[in-house]
Amino acid sequence: MSTEAPPRPATAEEPPRGGGVALLRNTWRGLTSMRTALVLLFLLALAALPGALLPQRSLNQDLVERYFADNPSIAPVLDALGFFDVFAAPWFAAVYLLLMVSLVGCVLPRTVEHARALRAAPVAVPRNLSRLPHHGSAELPIGLDEAAALVRGRLRGWRLAERSEGSGDAAGRSFSAEKGYLREAGNLVFHLSLIGLLVMFAVGKLFGYEGQVIVLSGGGQFCNTGILGYDSFRAGLRVDGTDLEPFCIRVDDFRAEYEHTGQPSSFTAWLGYQTADDLAAGRTDSWRPYTLAINHPLRVDGSRVYLLGQGYAPRFTVTYPDGQQRTGEIQWRPVDQSTLLSEGATKFEPPGVTDDEQRRTRQLAVTGLFAPTSSGGDVVTSVFPDLRNPEVAVDVLRGDLGLDDGRGQSIFQVDQSKIDSGELVRVARANLVPGQSVTLDDGTVVTFDGVRSFVSLQVSHDPGQFGVLVFAVVLLAGLGASLSVRRRRFWARLTPVPDDDGPARTVVEIGGLARTDRAGYGEEFDRLRADLLDAKVAATADNEES
Amino acid sequence: MLAELALYSDRLFFGAVVVYVLAMVLHGGEYSRRRSERVALVGAGAAGSDDAPPADGPDARPRRDTAERLGRMAVALTVLGAGLHLASLITRGVAAQRWPLGNMYEFTSAICVAAVVTWLVLLRRSPASRPLGLFVLLPVLLLQFLAGTVLHVPAGPVVPALQSYWLSIHVTTIAVSSGLLLVPGVASALYLVRRTGRSNAVLDRLPSAPALDRIAYRTTIIAFPLYTFAIIAGAIWAEAAWGRFWGWDPKETVAFVAWVVYAAYLHARATAGWRTGAAAWINVLGFAVMIFNLFFINMVVAGLHSYAGLG
Ligand code: HEM
Repeated sequence: MSTEAPPRPATAEEPPRGGGVALLRNTWRGLTSMRTALVLLFLLALAALPGALLPQRSLNQDLVERYFADNPSIAPVLDALGFFDVFAAPWFAAVYLLLMVSLVGCVLPRTVEHARALRAAPVAVPRNLSRLPHHGSAELPIGLDEAAALVRGRLRGWRLAERSEGSGDAAGRSFSAEKGYLREAGNLVFHLSLIGLLVMFAVGKLFGYEGQVIVLSGGGQFCNTGILGYDSFRAGLRVDGTDLEPFCIRVDDFRAEYEHTGQPSSFTAWLGYQTADDLAAGRTDSWRPYTLAINHPLRVDGSRVYLLGQGYAPRFTVTYPDGQQRTGEIQWRPVDQSTLLSEGATKFEPPGVTDDEQRRTRQLAVTGLFAPTSSGGDVVTSVFPDLRNPEVAVDVLRGDLGLDDGRGQSIFQVDQSKIDSGELVRVARANLVPGQSVTLDDGTVVTFDGVRSFVSLQVSHDPGQFGVLVFAVVLLAGLGASLSVRRRRFWARLTPVPDDDGPARTVVEIGGLARTDRAGYGEEFDRLRADLLDAKVAATADNEES
Repeated sequence: MLAELALYSDRLFFGAVVVYVLAMVLHGGEYSRRRSERVALVGAGAAGSDDAPPADGPDARPRRDTAERLGRMAVALTVLGAGLHLASLITRGVAAQRWPLGNMYEFTSAICVAAVVTWLVLLRRSPASRPLGLFVLLPVLLLQFLAGTVLHVPAGPVVPALQSYWLSIHVTTIAVSSGLLLVPGVASALYLVRRTGRSNAVLDRLPSAPALDRIAYRTTIIAFPLYTFAIIAGAIWAEAAWGRFWGWDPKETVAFVAWVVYAAYLHARATAGWRTGAAAWINVLGFAVMIFNLFFINMVVAGLHSYAGLG
């Protein structure tokens, strides 16, 4: 096989020096050796695996909690070792940082080496060409100069060095040629872009953020002015939420379409938005239109807005015995994604009651299930995700909702402890379709008015992602060059045949060596051989040359 | 009309399986028929030249014997099978009116087509590797069996997240690179067997250890950049569909692991002492990770990539 070990920076054996320096140097050499790189690559693969096999906090907190419940003995141990946050774990960072150090230590010297090789002349012709994996020789009926011109012409595009050999009558000429420098360049570009990619990835993690917010369709608005506007927010390490791009969004309409099976076929939200510049310029009454869909995010002010999901917000009106009315409309949470059966709690404060004590006995909550397409019957369930036959099955609770306890509570539920303690009591239970109402014992009427859709939006900001893309593309180009280009050498030695009377004759010996694992040089060499050594071809080539 | 087409697609798929099985039988016949001739093949390729001339050139073969005929018929059938198989994918796409790579059945089927076509291209370039056919078709048939039984779902539309032209770019390149990588996986595994020096009627027909090693390497260096591209395309798509280009979703994580393993393979090829044996093990491991990602992650772990269509 015509393979040869790839070029490795030749480290000349240095005389031993003081212990500390030697130790450092040996550690460095060890760390930047190919073998270490291999071991580190394996470690990286191994370290990433638990990230796929165990539930991860960053992806799904619920699954992690379930894992804890199912495996109470080993889960805390795994947790202490960081197995539920693999990609933030110190040992994972240690592996890839070591790999990066090794990479830099390996690639920088190679870059210098390569730069030098680019300027240096190809290595001199080996003494015995016939010992090379590819070789050939012939005696051509042409003079030395003609033969030299032939070789020179044929090796156009190669890096070429011409040297004279011998002296006097036997003075010949030698050619050293090399091609495929792009391979090493590609390899270096590839490895360097890996570093660039990682750096830009880190930039995104440091300066990026991601927030989710629910906005009611039909005019609901959201402005990216601070963390508090979000329902949930994940900030990069260097983001404190004070410096977001303050664009605004209004959701004008939303439509979901479904196959008859209930499988969604499209989600579309019609938005208006105002950029930070619009707002700064005071253009607050005009909205730029945008059609938001899955796979089609809105890109504004360096951030992206995504349509994540949808759900319903039933609207209830409470008419108090004194004629006062209160309307509540808040999203209920889908509990079954395929039918959008939703649960929630719409909460009401009694109007005009100033005494806290009294107020806390008369708060109301309408809680239960909402079915966009109800099955009908006493037990309401949903059979289809679209709004075909909406119905709610609700309990109306009265008493102390616990809103003043200072504890945050879920917007989707009432505080169960208040029910258990008797401070919150069920006063009615009913299944309602839009327009229907239920009357409480004190004459209060609770009406189910209708439903609006809500959309769940995500705002993502990642200042590193464009850089990641650029490095990824460069990386791919480098990889392509590195794996497709062959580095190969070619030598020719021309020796004139001393013959005073007859026509000039020259012995041409050629040899070739592929410097890389990529085989296939044989065919190219055969073509070279045919062009240079086949006397007939040589003669015509010679004619063209002169 | 479309439902009918979906039915034809399933029939074509079944037809391809049957034809592949026949091809395997013929390959098997090729082994048992030929006894001791063509010893020359064993060493072919180990010689100086890079591309060993096909050992069954006119003078290496005294006459066209039965085995030779069986082998050629096996290849012809493989071509036919690949044609039916490809037609099955195309009709499926027309029936579902979308790019036919929307669930695990279609994806696995596409991997198999890619593997078979890779094998046929390889065979064209070095006809001497023909006896490898049996071992390439074996895992292909296994995958197809799974696709046709466990994974099969009726043709139908896909969820909104998959309605993107990135589906065709990302999933097709992933499928093609996976198919490409099947061949080096097989060649490396056989290399490891061949290297032990064991000898029997089947092993002796296979290309030599160095030839197997070369097949593995050359196919891998084509597949690896394609796989890299496929992952990048996936990241670009994920940025548009899921709000982030990389989120360590289980599927992404294992794809990354497989990528790192193949990077390790290429490194091993350049590391003294690892170049052959260890490298072959790594290549086999790489394909094992790909398969693990396809089945285990899709069916057991799921995550965002849970388009398996298996409920
Ligand atoms: C982040 C970790 C790394 C990855 C993912 C990686 C990946 C790769 C890949 C895919 C190749 C084959 C393509 C090519 O030749 O360009 C390669 C080749 C190479 N890598 Fe790395 N590498 C990494 C780190 C390193 C380190 C630390 C070293 C130094 C010890 C190194 C040295 C080399 C060398 C010398 C080659 C050339 C092999 C040849 O000529 O065939 N790499 N690397």
